[in-house]
Amino acid sequence: MPVPEWLPGRRAKDAAASNDAAMWTKCPKCNEVLYRRDLAANLFVCSRCGYHFRMGAYDRIVSIADGDFTEIGQDVLPSDPLGWSDKKTYPAKLKSDAERSGLSESVVCGFATIGGFPVALGVMDFHFRGGTMGQVTGERITMLLEEARRRRVPCVMFAASGGARMEEGMLALMQMAKTTAAVTRFMEDGNFFLMVLTDPTTGGVSASFAFQADVIVAESKAMIGFAGRRVIEQTIRQRLPDQFQTAEFLLEKGAIDMVVDRRKLKEALVRLLEYTRREQ
Amino acid sequence: MSNNVIVEREKGLVELERRIAELREASAAQPLDMSTEIAALEAKYQAILREFFGTLTPWQKVHMARHPARPTSLDYISRFDRFDELHGDRHYRDDPSIVGGFALLRGRPVMVIGQQRGRDTRENLRRNLGMPAPEGYRKTSRLARLAARLKLPIVTFVDTKGADPGISSEEHAQSEAIATCLQTFATASVPIVAAVIGEGGSGGALALAIADHVLMLEHSTYSVASPEGCAAILWSDASKAEEAAARLKLTADDLRRFGVVDEIIAEPLGGAHRDAEDVVTRTLDAVDRSLTRLSAWSAERLLDERYQKYRRLGEWRAESLAPTGTAQ
Repeated sequence: MPVPEWLPGRRAKDAAASNDAAMWTKCPKCNEVLYRRDLAANLFVCSRCGYHFRMGAYDRIVSIADGDFTEIGQDVLPSDPLGWSDKKTYPAKLKSDAERSGLSESVVCGFATIGGFPVALGVMDFHFRGGTMGQVTGERITMLLEEARRRRVPCVMFAASGGARMEEGMLALMQMAKTTAAVTRFMEDGNFFLMVLTDPTTGGVSASFAFQADVIVAESKAMIGFAGRRVIEQTIRQRLPDQFQTAEFLLEKGAIDMVVDRRKLKEALVRLLEYTRREQ
Repeated sequence: MSNNVIVEREKGLVELERRIAELREASAAQPLDMSTEIAALEAKYQAILREFFGTLTPWQKVHMARHPARPTSLDYISRFDRFDELHGDRHYRDDPSIVGGFALLRGRPVMVIGQQRGRDTRENLRRNLGMPAPEGYRKTSRLARLAARLKLPIVTFVDTKGADPGISSEEHAQSEAIATCLQTFATASVPIVAAVIGEGGSGGALALAIADHVLMLEHSTYSVASPEGCAAILWSDASKAEEAAARLKLTADDLRRFGVVDEIIAEPLGGAHRDAEDVVTRTLDAVDRSLTRLSAWSAERLLDERYQKYRRLGEWRAESLAPTGTAQ
């Protein structure tokens, strides 16, 4: 999986990664060899076939926010409630993911403006524990929604997740309940919740706050579903069509509002946020 | 041949039970005193029971929770004073893996909703092994909204491996159905009591379990994923399910400690099915006690305490960093 090297604000990491191997990336869809700096400038979309690479949280924030972003919740850090250990201990997994991704959890939350509109912004990142939701993921999202409710600003979230995190057991699953409660309070107060589903969004995240939003946008070709493809194939003992569980499939089935190419995404979000403007 | 480790163990007892019964019969028919032999066999029987079931490993509890004779939702619901089942999601179909409707519990009108697995192959086929489809969750949301509007407390029974992972469930937006169910339970302004009576598998179980009071049977399990699912996700090897069961901390004691479960209902030695009537009675007693306590709360207090209950769940390290950071 591609490790983003273009992490503004994390430039020390860039220097470490600037060897030859890290400078070029092959598009997994059309095999085009892409210069990573060009790829980053093109929002991690293949310039030849339009394939959307998975995007890091900070890259995403830079691509969407107007240039300002104040992070919250970064002092809330994951612990090891079950004392989990398999091939590695859970704290060791957290540590290596943190080093690889430059993140301390699977979500980055904060406040920014998008097209001049102040928003709460939460961005999940698949590069940290597969974007799974642990206690801290749930806690940061809850903090974000509670603060957004106080400030009465819309909330824009980007989902990318393999679901609830196994290594935190039921306490991870309960984050579905916690975030649901926070989302619902936020929405009941008349605030706008805008969700962007990115590749992949599944399990406990898709079955909680992701599908509770007012408007759901998905990136082109993103895989979105409740059960993972492998689980379904094992259950029904047959191969699924390629289109199954893509953003386009969900649009056709009526589960989401729109599918947008990443290069047009900011424009689409700003258009939607304009409907939250109220006469003073 | 069963692949349930508890059922396999019980087979070893059947022979002993038969011999004790035979001996009793023989003893009654003859003047010969066989009470010493009977007593010895019974002592042996009790010793084996204790040895087999005295302390269960997490994996054995998983199988106890799935035991074909374990009381299911309808075994509890049928012991309410009255039950009037309601059907359908009003959109597409009725999902038999969820049963629900109006009921009277100890004279109190309630809305009861439970996940229902089958006892045999035919019923399991109809009830999809107790794995609800989106239609089941939409029926649940509909009944919970109705209960809130009519000010009826909600009682739920949780017993599922998880939500159905099939093609049609994905096409009908399983994620949305569960997400909406969670929202409905988070905001229903009536008392909610949930009882985990069998297997509580993943988000598909949680969809019926956001509650003011959560009960759990001693040998039930409740986990972020089924042990098989967890092993497949983490190690791409479902055969490591036993190891996953041990790591997931899915027992009632673990979950009570984490604050996920509020009260544990004890089971007889060997599991709930060995004295189903007693287990059902004590569970319904506990539900009734909780409803009495919660009924005194205002709607505002219910919602506020429910919010705080889930708000508090979770633990983390808090490191004091600068309160703000910037990405650019």
